[in-house]
Amino acid sequence: MAGFLLRRLLNYLVLIVVATSLAYMLAAGALDPRSNYEGRNPPIPQAVIDARLTELNLNDRTPLFDRYLTWAGGVVHGDFGKTVAGGSVGEDLGRRAGVTLRLITIGLILGSVTGVFVGAYAAVKQYGVFDRLSTGASFVVLAVPTVVLANILIIAGVWFNGLVGAQVFLVSGEATPGLQGGFATQAADRLQHLILPTLSLSLGLIAVYSRYQRNMMLDVLGADFIRTAMAKGLRRRTALTRHALRTALIPAVTYFAFTFGSLLVGTTFTEKIFGWHGMGEQLVNSISTNDVNTVAAISCFAAFAVLAASLASDVLHAVLDPRVRVG
Amino acid sequence: MRECDERQAGTGARPGTNGRADLADPVLEVTDLDVTFGSGPDAVRAVRGVSYAVRPGEVLGIVGESGSGKSVTSLAVMGLLPPHAHVTGSVRLRGQEILGATEKTLTAFRGKTISMVFQDPLSALTPVYRVGDQIAEAVRIHQKVTGQQAARRAVELLDLVGIPNAAQRAKAFPHEFSGGMRQRAVIAMAIANDPDVILCDEPTTALDVTIQAQVLEVLKRAQRETGAAIVLITHDLGVVAGSVDRVLVMYAGRPVEVGSVDDVYYRVRMPYTMGLLASVPRLDRGGGQPLVPIEGNPPSPSALPPGCPFEPRCPIAVPACAEAEPALEPVGSPGHLAACVRAGEIEAEGWSPAQVYHAGTGGPDEQGPETPPVHLRPVRLPRDERDVVLEVKDLTKHHPLMKGALFRRRVGTVHAVDGISFDIRRMETLGLVGESGCGKTTTLMEILQLTRPQHGTIAVLGHDTARLTARERMAIRRDMQVVFQDPLASLDPRMTVYDIIAEPLRTHGIRDPGPRIRELIRLVGLDAAHAARYPQDFSGGQRQRIGIARALALEPRLLVLDEPVSALDVSIQAGVINLLEDLKNRLGLSYLFVAHDLAVVRHIADRVAVMYLGKIAEIGQVGQVYDAPMHPYTQALLSAIPLPDPGKERSRRRILLEGDLPSPASPPSGCRFRTRCPKFKTLDETDQARCVDEEPQVRRLGEDHGVSCHFAEKLDVV
Repeated sequence: MAGFLLRRLLNYLVLIVVATSLAYMLAAGALDPRSNYEGRNPPIPQAVIDARLTELNLNDRTPLFDRYLTWAGGVVHGDFGKTVAGGSVGEDLGRRAGVTLRLITIGLILGSVTGVFVGAYAAVKQYGVFDRLSTGASFVVLAVPTVVLANILIIAGVWFNGLVGAQVFLVSGEATPGLQGGFATQAADRLQHLILPTLSLSLGLIAVYSRYQRNMMLDVLGADFIRTAMAKGLRRRTALTRHALRTALIPAVTYFAFTFGSLLVGTTFTEKIFGWHGMGEQLVNSISTNDVNTVAAISCFAAFAVLAASLASDVLHAVLDPRVRVG
Repeated sequence: MRECDERQAGTGARPGTNGRADLADPVLEVTDLDVTFGSGPDAVRAVRGVSYAVRPGEVLGIVGESGSGKSVTSLAVMGLLPPHAHVTGSVRLRGQEILGATEKTLTAFRGKTISMVFQDPLSALTPVYRVGDQIAEAVRIHQKVTGQQAARRAVELLDLVGIPNAAQRAKAFPHEFSGGMRQRAVIAMAIANDPDVILCDEPTTALDVTIQAQVLEVLKRAQRETGAAIVLITHDLGVVAGSVDRVLVMYAGRPVEVGSVDDVYYRVRMPYTMGLLASVPRLDRGGGQPLVPIEGNPPSPSALPPGCPFEPRCPIAVPACAEAEPALEPVGSPGHLAACVRAGEIEAEGWSPAQVYHAGTGGPDEQGPETPPVHLRPVRLPRDERDVVLEVKDLTKHHPLMKGALFRRRVGTVHAVDGISFDIRRMETLGLVGESGCGKTTTLMEILQLTRPQHGTIAVLGHDTARLTARERMAIRRDMQVVFQDPLASLDPRMTVYDIIAEPLRTHGIRDPGPRIRELIRLVGLDAAHAARYPQDFSGGQRQRIGIARALALEPRLLVLDEPVSALDVSIQAGVINLLEDLKNRLGLSYLFVAHDLAVVRHIADRVAVMYLGKIAEIGQVGQVYDAPMHPYTQALLSAIPLPDPGKERSRRRILLEGDLPSPASPPSGCRFRTRCPKFKTLDETDQARCVDEEPQVRRLGEDHGVSCHFAEKLDVV
C-alpha cells in the first residue's frame, strides 16, 4: 500500500509541474501587464515601464522562456513572485486560502452528509413521496445557476431580516469590520455571515450527492448480500445501514475528497457575490488586472489541491474497500 | 443427507427415516401459499397454492425450471419478498404462524429457527466485511455472547464446513475466497444458530461439479450437526435424486407432483415430470438416442391458460385438460400426489416417460407403446479416412501478469493453455470439457483468432493459421463459425432476426440474402414469418436457435460452440441438442463443443478431451472415456456428477477432490493435478517423486484413448 501511494505521489508531482508550467506559459503569453501602465495620463516613460515590468518579471520584451525560468527558479524556493501592485503573491494567496477554507469546509460537510442521507433514504423509499420530492428539488437546484441561486438567497435573507426587523442574515463579507465585543459576539457575527453562502454552496452539493447516492444505494439494495443479512435475522433498518449504506458509501466518500479539492478554487461566484475575499474571487480579479504571477500561482494551487484531493480519495477508497487493496 | 439419516437410524435401510419422520410434527408447514406481484390484469401469479411440510431431519427437494416459482416460494417463507409482493396462505414454523408476522417476530426466527443458503455465493457476502465477522454477526444477533466468543464460534463454524486453516481464513474478505469457499461460509452462517430448517436455494448451481460435490457433502455434514430439516431447491434432477427424501415438482407456480424420491423417479404420474426426466442428458447412457424435448415454452405467469398450465405442451392432453386446472390428488402409493386428469390412466396402463413422449396426442396406444424412435444416423467412413477439419498441435497461451501503474513490469505468467493437441475430423464432434479456469475458453478464442499462436500450430481445414494472408483469413472465417453461451448477449437487441442472420451473408458479399435467411430460419425450427421480430421477443431456446442460424448462414464446415446450452432449462436444452445433432448429420458439420456439463457432452460428442489447468488430462472416444476413465481427474469429475436416478445414486461411490483449482499463475510442478489427486496419496515415495518431478504427457492407451497420468488405471465411476 505504501509503495502504491509513493508511486501515485510521484505521478502527481510530475503532473503538478506540467500543469503549472503550462498555466504560466498561457498566462504570460495571453495577459498583457504592459497595458496597465500604458495610456495613462500623464504618460509614463517607456524606460520606467520597462524597468518596472522587468522588476516584476513581467516584461514582454524578455523572451517567454527566460521569464519562465526566472519564475520557476523562484517557485522552487517557495517564491511565487510579485503581484502587479508589487506585493508578494505568496502572502496574499496564503491569506485568501484561509478565507476560502473557512467558507467551504462547513458547506461541503453539510452538503455531502445531507446529500448522502437524502439520497440513501430516497433509494430505500424508491418512488415514494420523499423520493419524488427530493428528485424534483434536486433537478431544480441543479438547473439553477449558482449566481441566480445565491442572489435568490440574498433577496430571501434581506426579506426575512425586514420581516423580523433584525439583521439575522448578513450578506456581505466574512465579518463585520470593527465590531467590538467578546468571543461570543464575534462568533455570532461570523455565523450570521456564514449561513447564506454556506447554504448556497451546500444546496448544490446536496442536489448532486443525493442523486449520486440514490443510484449507488439502488444498486446495492437489490444485492444478494442484503438478503443474506436479513436472512441472518438482522432488522431491515440495520441491514440497510450496516450492510447497504456502508457499501454504497464508498464511491460517495471518494467523490467527497475530490469535491473538496475542486471547491478550493471553484467557489468563484459564491465568493464574489457574498464579498468573501477568497481564492476564487482573486482568480477573476487577477485575470482582469493582467496579474500573470497570481494567475500562475492560483493554477499551481488548484493543481495541487485537485491532486492532493485525488490522492486522499485513493487512500479513502483503499481504507473503505478491501477489494482494491493490492500490492 | 440421506446418508446421515441412515446413520441415525442405525441401519442401511430407509424405513427408519420414514418411521421417525412420520412420528415427529412438521417443523415447517406451508399451506396454500400464493404470491402475486402487482395487481389488476397484469398481475403476475408467481406462486399458486403451494403446500408442503417438512419434519425434523427430512430433506425435501423442490424441482422446477426457471420461472416455476420455486425461489419465490422460499423467499415468501422467509418473509424476504419485496413489499409489492402480495402473499397469502399460511406458513407455520414449529406451529407458529409467521406469514404476515411483525418484523420483530420474523427477525427472531430468521437465522435462528429457519435459515437460508442462497444461489450465488459470489454476491451473498457483504464485500466490505471480513468473512469471520459476518459469521460472528449471525451468532451475535441471536446469542448473548461477547465479540470474542462470537469470533471463536465463527472460526469453529468455518472449520466445520471444511475451510482449511479456519482461524486465519476468517480474517479474509469475501473476494479472497473462491466460489466454493464462499458457499461454505454462507452455509456456516446458516447453521450458526443451530436452525431447525435450512432453505437452500440452488446452493450449487453456480459451482463447478467437483466443488458441487464438496458443498453437498458439507450440507450433509451441516445437517448431521444440527439435525435440521432441509428444503433443497434446484433445477438439477441429479442433485435431487442423490440428496433428498421427498420431491415436489413445480410448474407454472404450482406443485404438479409430490412424492418420495423413488415414487417420483420410478413411478412418474405427471407428464411434465416425465418430460423433465426424459429430456435430461444422462451420464450413464451413451448417445444414439435423441433426447426428448418438451415442445413449446412454459406459460407466462401473467397469462396462464385456463386449464392445466402444462396442457399446451403435453403430448397426451385431452379436451378435459383445457377446461379446468386439475387438483393435486393421491395416486398409487401413499404420499404420492399428482395433478393430472390422466394420472389414473397412466398408473393403470403403466406408461413410461418414453412411451408418453413418443406418442401422438391421442395417447400412447395409438401408435403402439413399443414403437422405437426412428433415428437416422448417416453412414460415416472410419475416422482415419475422413478429412481433418481442425488440427491443434501443442497450442500454448500465456498471459503476462503485470503490476504497477507508472512503471509496468511483469511479475508472473498465467499459464492459461499450456501445450494441448487434438484434431477434429469431418462429421465429428469433439467435446472440450473441464471446470472453470481450465483454459477451455482460451483454447477456443485462440482458434477463432486465426492468427499465429504464441507456440504450437493451429490448422483449420489444412491451412496453417500462422501463414494466412488477410484475404485467406476472411475466406476461412466462412468455414468456421461460432455459437456463444449467452443467447441474449450475443444477439444485437436493436437488430431484427432477419438482419442478424443477414449480417454474415452481407459481409461476405452475398446479394439478396432473403431466400437463404428464410431457409435458415426454417432449418433451425423457427417460423420464417418471425424474421421481422427482435431477439427479446423470443425465449432463451429460440434465441439460441437464432444464434445457430446465424452461424450456419455461410455454410461453414466447422462450428465452434461455447457452452451453447448451459444457459437453457433442461426441457429447452434437449431441443437445442437434438437440433445440433440433426444439423451435423444433415449438413456434414464438425463441432468443437466446449462445455462444463459432462452429461451433455456424452450425449452429443464423438470424442472428448478433458482439460485441467491448461493441459489435456484425458482424450479419446466418448464411450471409452466415460465407461473406463483412466485419469484420476476424469474419474473424480465423472463421479462428482449426480445421476437423475435415486437407486444408482445410492450405490455410487463419490471421489471427492480436496480444495480448489490451483492458480494458473503458479501451477504445481510435474503433474498439475497431483495437489488434489486421490491417486497421488496412495503412491509410495518414489512414485510420488515421479509425479512431482516429471510432467506426464498424453500417452496413448488403447485405441483412441490418451491419458496424461503416469499411473493411469481403469475405473468404473458412472
